[in-house]
Amino acid sequence: MDLTYFFELLLGGLTRGSIYALLALGYTMVYGIIQLINFAHGEIYMIGAFTALIVIGVLTFTGMNGIAIILIAIVVAMVFSTGYGFTMEKLAYKPLRRAPRLSALISAIGMSMFLQNYVLLAQTPDFLPFPNLLPKIARLEQAESLMNSSQFTILVTTAGVMIILTFLIKFTKIGKAMRATSQDKTMAMLSGININKVISFTFVVGSATAALGGVLISSHTGQINYYIGFIAGIKAFVAAVLGGIGSIPGAVLGSLVLGWTESFGTGYISSDYEDVFAFIFLIAILIFKPSGILGKTSAGDKV
Amino acid sequence: MKKSLRGALMIAVIFLIAGAFVFAGGSQEGEAKGPIKIGVAGAHSGDLASYGLPTVNAAELVAENANEKGGVLGREIELVIEDDQCKPEVAANTAAKLVGEEVVFVLGHICSGATKAALGIYKDSGIPVMSPSATNPPLTQSGEYPNFFRTIASDDAQARLQVDFAVDNLGLSKIAVLHDKGDYGKGLAEFAKQFLEEESGVEVVLYEGITPGAVDYSAVINKLGNSDAEAVIYGGYHPEASKLIQQIKKKNMDITFISDDGVKDETFIKVAGDFAEGVYATGPIDTSKSPMAQQAIQEHQEAYGEDPGPFYLNAYAAAQAILNGIEQAGSTDYDAVTTALRNNFVETPLGEISFDEKGDAIGVGFSMFQVQDGKYVEVK
Amino acid sequence: MSNVSTEIKPTSFLSFKELKKSLFTAVWFMILTLPIMVIKVNTIENTVEWHWNRMVFVGLLIFFGSWGWRYLLARREMGPRPRKAESERKRFNLTAILMERKQVRTPTIIILAVMVIVFPFISSMYQTNIMITALNYIILGLGLNIVIGLGGMLHLGYIAFYAVGAYSYALLNYHFGVSFWLALPIGAGLSAIFGILLAIPVLRLRGDYLAIVTLGFGEIVRIILENWNDFSFGPSGIANIPRPGLFGIDFSLPQVTTFIYFIMIGLVVFTIFLMIRLENSRLGRAWVAMREDEVASRAMGIDIRKNKLTAFSLGAVWAGMAGVVFASKTTFINPASFTIWESVMVLSIVVLGGMGSIIGIIIAALIMILLPEYLRAFSEFRMLLFGFLLVAMMVFRPGGLVPAKRKVYTFPQEEAGNE
Repeated sequence: MDLTYFFELLLGGLTRGSIYALLALGYTMVYGIIQLINFAHGEIYMIGAFTALIVIGVLTFTGMNGIAIILIAIVVAMVFSTGYGFTMEKLAYKPLRRAPRLSALISAIGMSMFLQNYVLLAQTPDFLPFPNLLPKIARLEQAESLMNSSQFTILVTTAGVMIILTFLIKFTKIGKAMRATSQDKTMAMLSGININKVISFTFVVGSATAALGGVLISSHTGQINYYIGFIAGIKAFVAAVLGGIGSIPGAVLGSLVLGWTESFGTGYISSDYEDVFAFIFLIAILIFKPSGILGKTSAGDKV
Repeated sequence: MKKSLRGALMIAVIFLIAGAFVFAGGSQEGEAKGPIKIGVAGAHSGDLASYGLPTVNAAELVAENANEKGGVLGREIELVIEDDQCKPEVAANTAAKLVGEEVVFVLGHICSGATKAALGIYKDSGIPVMSPSATNPPLTQSGEYPNFFRTIASDDAQARLQVDFAVDNLGLSKIAVLHDKGDYGKGLAEFAKQFLEEESGVEVVLYEGITPGAVDYSAVINKLGNSDAEAVIYGGYHPEASKLIQQIKKKNMDITFISDDGVKDETFIKVAGDFAEGVYATGPIDTSKSPMAQQAIQEHQEAYGEDPGPFYLNAYAAAQAILNGIEQAGSTDYDAVTTALRNNFVETPLGEISFDEKGDAIGVGFSMFQVQDGKYVEVK
Repeated sequence: MSNVSTEIKPTSFLSFKELKKSLFTAVWFMILTLPIMVIKVNTIENTVEWHWNRMVFVGLLIFFGSWGWRYLLARREMGPRPRKAESERKRFNLTAILMERKQVRTPTIIILAVMVIVFPFISSMYQTNIMITALNYIILGLGLNIVIGLGGMLHLGYIAFYAVGAYSYALLNYHFGVSFWLALPIGAGLSAIFGILLAIPVLRLRGDYLAIVTLGFGEIVRIILENWNDFSFGPSGIANIPRPGLFGIDFSLPQVTTFIYFIMIGLVVFTIFLMIRLENSRLGRAWVAMREDEVASRAMGIDIRKNKLTAFSLGAVWAGMAGVVFASKTTFINPASFTIWESVMVLSIVVLGGMGSIIGIIIAALIMILLPEYLRAFSEFRMLLFGFLLVAMMVFRPGGLVPAKRKVYTFPQEEAGNE
């Protein structure tokens, strides 16, 4: 019995962790390139979820097949979210590239506030149910008490996204350019890299993962409102720092560790202090390894 | 030159401060013959606006009806509507503003926390307050706010009903209590826990707060399953409740879900869908079939083109009680109005109500509802 | 303003090319906002509403807005005037005139003092009340300025110290009947202790890591207050906190409001005075050195540990005092008043005013707190505008409203560069 309980918590933590990871990847990518905490990343995720909900709402009236609807919704959500991410970078971050780091961070916080209230005003402050249209996997349905289809989908997607991003950064030309930009913008420019394009591309990729996360996670939780992005965003951000911000595998590892901390903390101690566990764990890790689990030590020196 | 300046400044300061206290004491006199001003305060913007705005609508409709009949005591009713965003720090400023507007009564505030912050100011200014929705027990039971009234029953009454229902009607003995760590939810859960512990043979197997807005509640659900609870009493609002019930049902756990007024909302059923079936929730005694309630709802549909939101009937009743109190008292004097409220019954959409010494409404209570075929049905 | 910027005239933005740019931007935004602005899906009622009129609105707004944006951006690209223009610019700098010329400064201070003193008697209780709130934020802003503006450490959990102050008064009063005047130093002291508690683990951290840990600290304090019922009375908070008294005099409500107002004025003046002293002190200069370059300042023999500890604890002291006054003013506190958004609010005040700039922070606090109160009609759009304002300020005026004046030591062969 007790072992079952342990495994339940382990799986629960895994789900939670992979949810955080989908978001943490976006944080860490942007940070890796321009050393900016993109506070509004969670908002992009929220906008992705809302866009998908709108698409689903409109398409449901056409009587289309559920899987087709969710696929279209994901694509549309990703397109629009990348649009938002791209525009956001051009408006709020690009003019601040040479400014002190703090300015860019404030700008990001402002953007986050703006986007939250934009959705609140244009749509609604209330929670809206988000239909779960993800395909059901027959085999999993039997073992639903352990893991259901949407959890499984999130898990697989996170793993996939991580692999694709790692591949993208390690082996493609644009990935090379991204790494160069991350190390030294001036030198990258001198060697013929269009850093504006590279940074825009980073935002586009980050926003696309956020939107994908938005649709999948909302399908899992079953409801959305304008504030989901902020709450999940903070956690994902903690996860990214935990794993060593700027590192793709670090983001995933940090997210899983955070997910498990919360899950086991809740399971064996109390969920009253769920977030306290997460933050105390973070502080403890940072004291002994100030740049995160997988972080490069040099990252700590960039103030 | 510098020294003399400084000296002059000091003297000026002393004079002004001294003068201040003389000045400030001598205001607030003379009853104007203008309109009777009623303050309406609550969350009118932000994420909790949907709880506050129905009260504004109710107040507007009641005031309009009264003015059509020639007002109260021959004077027109004028509403002063102020937003407090349900934040205590804003509510204190809102209250100061309403006091400055010389309102004679305040309909509001919506949230218990904001109400507490504002009440001190109203109390010192001699303004009675009636809330349609602040359910925190100490507001009336502590006896510290003689100027406070409400047209909704307090949280402990709700918890009492939940516990009695679970123990006596359903015969359950292992009960988990969950809450959302919020003002309302946790307050309720505390009472439920306390009442459960007083019952003999009943065990509180789990008492925990969940984190609102968390992406996933699987750890708490696992813990719930591991605790062998037969039922869970949840204190909080419907967004979290629907997430919880979905995950409980998906795990095929056989647990009765009992919740509160914050969940007794049509939205809960629509969000949770089939999973909502069988859920119990306490809510105000259903009076919506009464002719007065029907009329109030119809007025809202005509004026705003949609069904009224939460606490609409409570606010409608409160507004009517306030106007009736002033009418009966024959003036807007604090003592006369509060006495009139306590001694007269008034016909409202909530039934015939009056107020006891503490300010709670007599004739307003809770009953238990269950979701059956996608609708809340009162359980006798 | 100055004649250097004449190259960019608003009229040069009336060309066909600019028109095309604006048109393009407008269309881009119309497409971008199409789903969220135009289509309103309600999955509860299963209805879909279309608001095409909003799209026209977005189009028009962006069409003209982008014009202004590009104009400002182009002006900004001209950059700060070259260094030699500095002395010339000073002449037009209002604050410089106000602060540096004695014959102007003294009357200004007197007029200000009179205005400040007369204010509560000529305005309503409500206005005095929100002015108290604004003054409270001035103190918070100036306190946070020690950590961010002088110490250069991004602190996102500042409001936790505010909570410590508020709760120490509320709880000490509840249990032991401690008076406001005694609670003020106690609250400040406890906050300082908490400041040190936070500073110890983060001594080694910098930049963004520091930001996230302080954010976590703020959340931890709030969550503990929310959950530890036996200690803090949980989310339902503490009510009936007494307002400050004076030698047992019984004040009426308007009088006590005026009284709190003067307490706040006193605290603000005290704070400003100390801040000015602090800035020029050995400690203040050490902080600035640390902000500019931690490694170099360490090499110069500055004790970084001590510096960070003092910055955090001194910053916390002001928050603690502000917290005590806050509790006594609202007479009710609960953890919901101490969320991360409050920290962000104070941070915005510091940044908007100009990090390190005392006058700037005061002006920013007044604007950020008073403006929304008077613009209640726009209350729905308030947060939207705030967000936009933060971005716009950072883009167009990153130094804040009144950029902090740097002490300049002139050397004959000084190298340009202000980093």
